[in-house]
Amino acid sequence: MRSLTRVLPLSALLLLGACSIQPWVKPYERDRLADPIMAWDRDAVSAAYLDHIRESREGSRGATGGAGGGCGCN
Amino acid sequence: MLPDDRADVFYSKYSGGGMDITGYSALVRKKVTENFAIEANYFVDKVSGASVDVLSQASVIKDTRKQKTVSVEYLHDKTTYNASFIQSVERDYISNTAHISLSQDMFGDLTTVTLGFSRTRDKVGENNGTANVPIVNWLGHADTRNYDVGISQILTKNLIAGINFEVVTDSGFLANPYRSVRFLDAQTPKGYGLASQVYPDTRTSTAVQTQMKYYLPYRAAVTGSYRFFRDTWGIIGHTVELDYTHPIGKEWILEGRARYYRQNSATFYSDLFAIAGQQNFEARDQNLASQNNTTIGVKATWAFRPDGWLFFKRMTLTGDIERIRFSYSNFRDIRDFGVPQYTPGSEPLYEFSATVYQIFMSAFF
Repeated sequence: MRSLTRVLPLSALLLLGACSIQPWVKPYERDRLADPIMAWDRDAVSAAYLDHIRESREGSRGATGGAGGGCGCN
Repeated sequence: MLPDDRADVFYSKYSGGGMDITGYSALVRKKVTENFAIEANYFVDKVSGASVDVLSQASVIKDTRKQKTVSVEYLHDKTTYNASFIQSVERDYISNTAHISLSQDMFGDLTTVTLGFSRTRDKVGENNGTANVPIVNWLGHADTRNYDVGISQILTKNLIAGINFEVVTDSGFLANPYRSVRFLDAQTPKGYGLASQVYPDTRTSTAVQTQMKYYLPYRAAVTGSYRFFRDTWGIIGHTVELDYTHPIGKEWILEGRARYYRQNSATFYSDLFAIAGQQNFEARDQNLASQNNTTIGVKATWAFRPDGWLFFKRMTLTGDIERIRFSYSNFRDIRDFGVPQYTPGSEPLYEFSATVYQIFMSAFF
């Protein structure tokens, strides 16, 4: 029974891997997504600067997509 | 394809809460080959003034922070590899960060998965001299490791979604040496005494942010995001942000944003302890206090050379202003308020507003 609980999820993963997922948004339908206004961050320096200001004054940090350095910001 | 080559010059100013911080930055990004790019960024912060709890027992601080970043990016088939090195130097704080990440497009380029890791080593000091004649006492080191996973997913021809998950662990000297705790002491004129903060020497935090961006029926986009944060210091933070992007022709892009943040305080935080050494860990850093802040911002980008100039494909000028209102529910303003009108612990709760300005020029080539 124990081996079955290990084998079943692995089998499901293998079956999923064997399927090839077809893109439901075709390349010719992605013109709007390629518009610069649909970029997550158009200006990396500006986004990093605002992240830095917020992390210097709040207790929260992380998960915003940037990779910042440390500072002794008072 | 890797992003376009670009050069940016950037000016910023933060003004509020007794502090003025002016920032200057220059960035250049260049593809060496079609698959390999290098990026370099230099950023300088000039700080004048200090936050309220630093001013409660210290004179005005003037300091300059210089940050250098070098990154390389390599694209192979559907995988992008990135490595960065960041060095930040102030006279009382030196920070070095190494970062690597990998992004993989899959499922017909509908999905992008990103894995990242950073390692930071900081050297923390305290200036016991003056702004003009510093005497720095080095107190210790802090080590930080960041682990992050991100997924960006195309859902429909008008809608994309993203989720980012990041764990951060720190160890070492984690306190701000310029901030102190206060405790009741009837023997002093103000009714309270000051002592050094004592922080745990470790901290682990987890944050998850979800976001969605939708292309409206006319040419414009709206973005909504929510971030949840918690850490081993007892802080739980919530961030909600809404953005609206509206282009006008091919020369202008206007944006508006609203952000709300709130958190509770760390378990070892108190505005006023009953006695000296009341507990093993004690903090009165305003960043660890219960607080909320609200931000309203607007941004305008003008492509003054939308079709290029000389060897530049496109040139833009961007201005951004945001106003932030900070409000604390268990951190009091002891700088301007005290005895005899206010006994310790009855001073008004601290609140202040800040304005952030940015202006930068970008050239794409």
